Amino acid sequence: MTTTSSTPASNKIQRRAFVAELLKRRGNALVIPGLGSPTWDTFASGDSPEYLYSWGGMGLAVPTALGVALAQPSRRVLALTGDGEMMMGIGSLAVVADQNPQNLAILVLDNEHFGETGRQTGLTANKVDLTAVARGFGIERTMTVTEEGKVGELAEFLFQGQGPALAVAKIALSEDPWRLPEKDGGTIARRFRMALGLETA
Amino acid sequence: MTSPEHWSSDVFREMKARDIRTVCTIPDGGLTQLLNMVKADPVHRLVTLTTEEEGIGIATGCWLGGERAMIAMQSSGVGNCINALGLPTALRTPCLMLVTMRGQWGEFNPWQVPMGQGTRPALEAMGVKCFPVDKAAEIGETFAAAADLAFHGGLSAAVLISQRVIGAKGFGQK
Repeated sequence: MTTTSSTPASNKIQRRAFVAELLKRRGNALVIPGLGSPTWDTFASGDSPEYLYSWGGMGLAVPTALGVALAQPSRRVLALTGDGEMMMGIGSLAVVADQNPQNLAILVLDNEHFGETGRQTGLTANKVDLTAVARGFGIERTMTVTEEGKVGELAEFLFQGQGPALAVAKIALSEDPWRLPEKDGGTIARRFRMALGLETA
Repeated sequence: MTSPEHWSSDVFREMKARDIRTVCTIPDGGLTQLLNMVKADPVHRLVTLTTEEEGIGIATGCWLGGERAMIAMQSSGVGNCINALGLPTALRTPCLMLVTMRGQWGEFNPWQVPMGQGTRPALEAMGVKCFPVDKAAEIGETFAAAADLAFHGGLSAAVLISQRVIGAKGFGQK
C-alpha cells in the first residue's frame, strides 16, 4: 500500500470538519484560536464575536486564553492552537498549571509540521510528547485523540471537566482553502468585549 | 526622623486606585517589596511567568476579559517581549509595564549593559510610550500617568525605574 501523506498513519483527522464538529459542542465557551490554521479553521466553522481571531504573536494563544480565563471565571475558555505555536510557548503550560484555572482548556491540533510556512517537519514529529510535557508541568487532565469519531468525547473533556486540561488531536497534514476572518485587531477585540458586556456599541 | 515610605507603597496605592489586579512577573531584586505586597493582598493576583512575553499575552487576555493587569520585570526581560508587544498594538488594547533598569547607573556586570542600554530604544521601536523616572519620590505619580495613558488610550506604556533608584549590585567588589 502506498500513501501520499507525509505524516504517520495515526494522523488522519481532517482538521476543518473536526474543528467545526467540536465548536458545535462548545456551549458558550470563548475561543482563542492561535495564528494561522487554527484561526482559519475556527472562522471556517462559522463566525462569532466570541472568537478572538489571531493573525500574529506566535506563542501567545495560551497566555492570552489564560488571561481571559482568569478574568472570566464563570466562562469556559478554549485555547485552540497548533503544535508549532504550542512548542514556542511551551513554558506557558507551567504558568497555566501554577494558576490552576478551573475553566481553561487547551487543544493542540498536531500535524507535526509547520503547515503555514512550507510544511517543514516540527518537533512533535519524533520525540516530543505534548501530553507528557503538560503532565510534567502539572496539568493533570490530558487526552490524545486520533479518531474523528471521538469528537464528542473530546468536547466533553474540553468543555465540561474541572481544572485546566490539555488535549492533543493528531491531525492530517492537509491543504485546506484559505478562510480569512476579520483582520483588524481593534475590531476583533472590541466585538469580543462587547459580547462579554464590557463595551457598548 | 522617620524614613519616607518605599516607592513600592506609592505604586501599590496607584494600582489599587485603578483596579489593576493582576501582576505578571519574572522578578527583579528592585521589585521585591512590590511583589510581596501583591502576593500578600487577597484582592491581587501574582502570576509568575517562565518568560516575560507570556505576561504580554496574559495581561492582554485579562483586559479582553474585563480586568486590568500589568507586567513587572527587569530591563533584560524587555528583550524577551519584543514580538509579543505587537499583540496589544494590533488589538488596540492597553499594555502596562513596570521595568527596573539594569546595565545603566553604575552597573557592575557588563553582561547587563547591552540590553539595559537597548531597553528604551527597543520599546520605542515597538511603539511603547516610555516613562523614565530616576527619583524614588516621583515613581508613584509616574506610574499613575503611564497607567492612565495605557488604560484610557488603549496604548502600551512602560515605566522605567532608573538603576540610580534601585542601586547597583556590587557582588562585594570595590
